[in-house]
Amino acid sequence: MLATRFNRWNSVHGFRNEVDRLFTDVFGQAPAAALAGRVGAYPALNIWEDAESIHLEAELPGLTLNDIEVVVDDNDLTIKGSRQAPKGEGVGYHRRERGVGSFSRTVRLPVAIDADKVSATLNSGVLLVTLPKAPEARPRKIEVKASKS
Amino acid sequence: MSTEMATNCCTQPTEVNAERTRSTATYSPAVDIVESANELTVYADMPGVRPEDVEIQFENGTLTIRGNVADRQDEGTRFLRREYGVGDYYRTFQVSEVVDAGGISADYADGVLTLHLPKVAQARPRRIEVKGK
Repeated sequence: MLATRFNRWNSVHGFRNEVDRLFTDVFGQAPAAALAGRVGAYPALNIWEDAESIHLEAELPGLTLNDIEVVVDDNDLTIKGSRQAPKGEGVGYHRRERGVGSFSRTVRLPVAIDADKVSATLNSGVLLVTLPKAPEARPRKIEVKASKS
Repeated sequence: MSTEMATNCCTQPTEVNAERTRSTATYSPAVDIVESANELTVYADMPGVRPEDVEIQFENGTLTIRGNVADRQDEGTRFLRREYGVGDYYRTFQVSEVVDAGGISADYADGVLTLHLPKVAQARPRRIEVKGK
């Protein structure tokens, strides 16, 4: 597999650049279709939100900070990277399941986020990206005043 | 110009129905098994485990790896998308007798468990010297 420079316009050239839309139903639970995920997309993503932020987690075993790139562009979040095969000379494989190569996946976030405050950590192969919501996207408490009657 | 871009480069672990006492799901990690002259090397993708929560057993030619994974999100988390579950890892292998059980070593880094299974001395390639007159 070749590691190539990947940019989001690759869909124009016929590359598969999947842009996912997030959706929830009225009650805030992920509908059954979302649980199944999309076959073949790597990495699989878990995305959840709280009042302040959107959180995204992906399992990327075998990758270090240098192998991963996280890019926020407007409301799109892209995770890309590549993994090399384990080094060795004169080796033969009994089993080869883990795969090597490059990947890239883009998701469209459902709310506006504050791109300057996005942070990401990588711990034991688990990538966690925290995307604070833009101030206008946060839930706002409306004060109810009694009306004069 | 068309370079094959693998958007699905790597495999996700598959869920297994391993008997379990905990209520979390159990997954079978993807592995690479590589044979070189002196050892078998097993690479298992097991992200999200602490090194002290990894168990490795080798008994009667059967190698078993287990990893206990703590939940990373609370019960009441409001998921927008949930494509994988978080759970324990479990997998067993039949390994031939050429492995020197006393010399097995393991390390865990970046979510990958690497097991070194050295071959017994008799199983290593031996160079025969040809003497000439």
